[in-house]
Amino acid sequence: MTTSAMTDKLDSTETFGQPAFDRLLEKRIDPTWLTAKRKQAWEVFQSIDWPNPRDENWMRSELRGLRLSKFAPNIDESVEIPEGTPVRLLEGVDVSASLRSVNGVVVSESLDEGLAAQGVVVGSLSRCARDHSALVERYLHSLICPKSDRFAALQAAMWSDGYFVYVPRNVRVEKPIHLHAAMADGQVDLSHTLIVLESGAEATVLFESSSPDVTAKGLHCGGVELIQHGNSHLRYVNLQDWGKGCWHFAHQRASVGRDSQLQWTVAAMGAKFAQVDQRVELVEPGARSQVNGVMFTQDRQHLVYNTLQHHKAPHCTSDFLYKSVLQDRSRTVWRGMIKVSEGAQKTDGYQRNDNLMLSDAARADSIPGLEINADDVRCTHGSTSGRVDEELIFYAQSRGFTRSEAIRMIVTGFFQQIFDRITIQTVREALGAAIARQVRQYE
Amino acid sequence: MSHILQIENLHVSVNDKPILRGVNLVIKFGETHALMGPNGSGKSTLGLAIAGHPNYQITQGSIKLDDANLTEMEADERSRAGVFMAFQRPVAIPGVKTADFLRHAATNVRRPDRKEGQDLIPMREFRKELKSKMEQLKIDPDFARRYVNDGFSGGEMKRAEILTMAMLSPKFAILDETDSGLDADAVRLASASIAEIGRDKMGLLIITHHDKLLEHNPPQFTHVMLGGRIVETGGAELARELHDQGYDRIRKSYPDAEAANQQMLAKEESLAV
Repeated sequence: MTTSAMTDKLDSTETFGQPAFDRLLEKRIDPTWLTAKRKQAWEVFQSIDWPNPRDENWMRSELRGLRLSKFAPNIDESVEIPEGTPVRLLEGVDVSASLRSVNGVVVSESLDEGLAAQGVVVGSLSRCARDHSALVERYLHSLICPKSDRFAALQAAMWSDGYFVYVPRNVRVEKPIHLHAAMADGQVDLSHTLIVLESGAEATVLFESSSPDVTAKGLHCGGVELIQHGNSHLRYVNLQDWGKGCWHFAHQRASVGRDSQLQWTVAAMGAKFAQVDQRVELVEPGARSQVNGVMFTQDRQHLVYNTLQHHKAPHCTSDFLYKSVLQDRSRTVWRGMIKVSEGAQKTDGYQRNDNLMLSDAARADSIPGLEINADDVRCTHGSTSGRVDEELIFYAQSRGFTRSEAIRMIVTGFFQQIFDRITIQTVREALGAAIARQVRQYE
Repeated sequence: MSHILQIENLHVSVNDKPILRGVNLVIKFGETHALMGPNGSGKSTLGLAIAGHPNYQITQGSIKLDDANLTEMEADERSRAGVFMAFQRPVAIPGVKTADFLRHAATNVRRPDRKEGQDLIPMREFRKELKSKMEQLKIDPDFARRYVNDGFSGGEMKRAEILTMAMLSPKFAILDETDSGLDADAVRLASASIAEIGRDKMGLLIITHHDKLLEHNPPQFTHVMLGGRIVETGGAELARELHDQGYDRIRKSYPDAEAANQQMLAKEESLAV
């Protein structure tokens, strides 16, 4: 297959070429296993093409405006957090640990001493790859294959730093762990998130990414791996609030073990274009996952989500709900799949996607899918897309609401079903406030 | 207090199809009026035109509340001016709790000059008021936490509309078939609720096919609509007559209006097909 016109301009031997990779290896103090992994991924990066626009996962994407040569990986150490970078998930939250990064490099770490004494690790992934080498080696890129696509390969080869959270057996981390990624205007974030919960462990992780202002540009190419052993309980919140000039590429994976529970809440407000591949694998009997998604787009934002709920073992439950509200000329794409492997009997899978369009020019593509290879399963899916009902607006107006108050209320109500599922009150409030800020005035 | 709602020579079209053809009606504060008429005669259209539904275009005539010309106002401005309509089939707003909806509505209606983003009625104060209104109207306190009209039974919807009316204390209220679909007990409850709110504290226009609601809220005036016009006005006895004997006399007495009514019905049916 030849490289298409849509993506040939992505290539940049200047900023993401061999010299950059060599310099990165030279600068870094990585254990040998990691250097070897990076080199393998780099070979993959060099041997495969950018995604083909005819590929089902990419055919509704838009990479034409992306010029990799305008960006360069952050190899030269850390900088200060850019002034004005908002932090939204901390309000009213008492945290047990926190990590902050700038341009994909961790600049501050803190962890409750009591937890550290119990063996909990929360720290820079680069540092932990050295200090907890065996642990990181075992899990890093165990769920994400660098061959997934060229962005995954690039990230696996050149990831700059990231966040490592490790909770040992039967340790419950009561207070949330807060992770914040800041990216300065025009910069690059190649960070990686690796979270491991041993059997019986419990944690809540609040992750957010933001830019110093709403118009900021940037490139994020990242990975998230959540690994849960038996009887563990993870609540993971991811608020993507990059500036509206950012490109966001991410592979996000979870592996949920026996009788474990995962509640994964995604909120996407920022970025000019985002392509997220989110997969939850239920790998042992009794695993349960709940995925919640809130997307709120405006202007010409274009967010693409390919999601997979993969039932690999019997008696697992997956519950999935994404809701988008679209303004202006923005576009969202959701392509979801429930896959049931052979032998995964008694699967209970659910997926739903609802889209509310606030303008005629907005567009939401919603493509649910099932692939079932077992015969005793229950899988249901649904999707709706539509404009705000004028009758609802009139009803509210007839009770004294202005038109824009009515629309704001209807939007809030539309998301309420998701908020009702989010068990962390401060997260509900922070997301509610973020949404309220984004609703335009309507005439 | 003296207020007056004046409707003069009102012509209303929906999708360029004329429905109301010159309605004249004056309602004074404290009066109860019944609006009756066969199907398709334009009763709900009149209510929706007063409330300001955007699909109901006023092509001629005027609606005034005291000195204010409602015809030039958006629905929310009319509501803030003191007009209320209890809908026949109120829509559901999923995800919005009834209490939150009413708090915002009551704030806007009581403070017509409130700008978007300004404070609402304090939560505690509002909750107390809502609770006492719900007790007065014998409404299950659970209502407040439920989403607006979402999954409500027909009876619950009507009661929620009456509760809304009680919270907004309008100057003029239009009740569009608030009794339809209710059993005798529910109608009695709805009627008693209207009496509780105080018929003397507003002007009421009760749109109905039946006389059940009117038994408990006897009108001073009864208007009969046919073919988009009010063809006859009388007292409470007219409502009783129509209930007992139907609209045959009216149809015969006003052949032009009857022809218009049949024509509108036919169009409605052809649209429905």
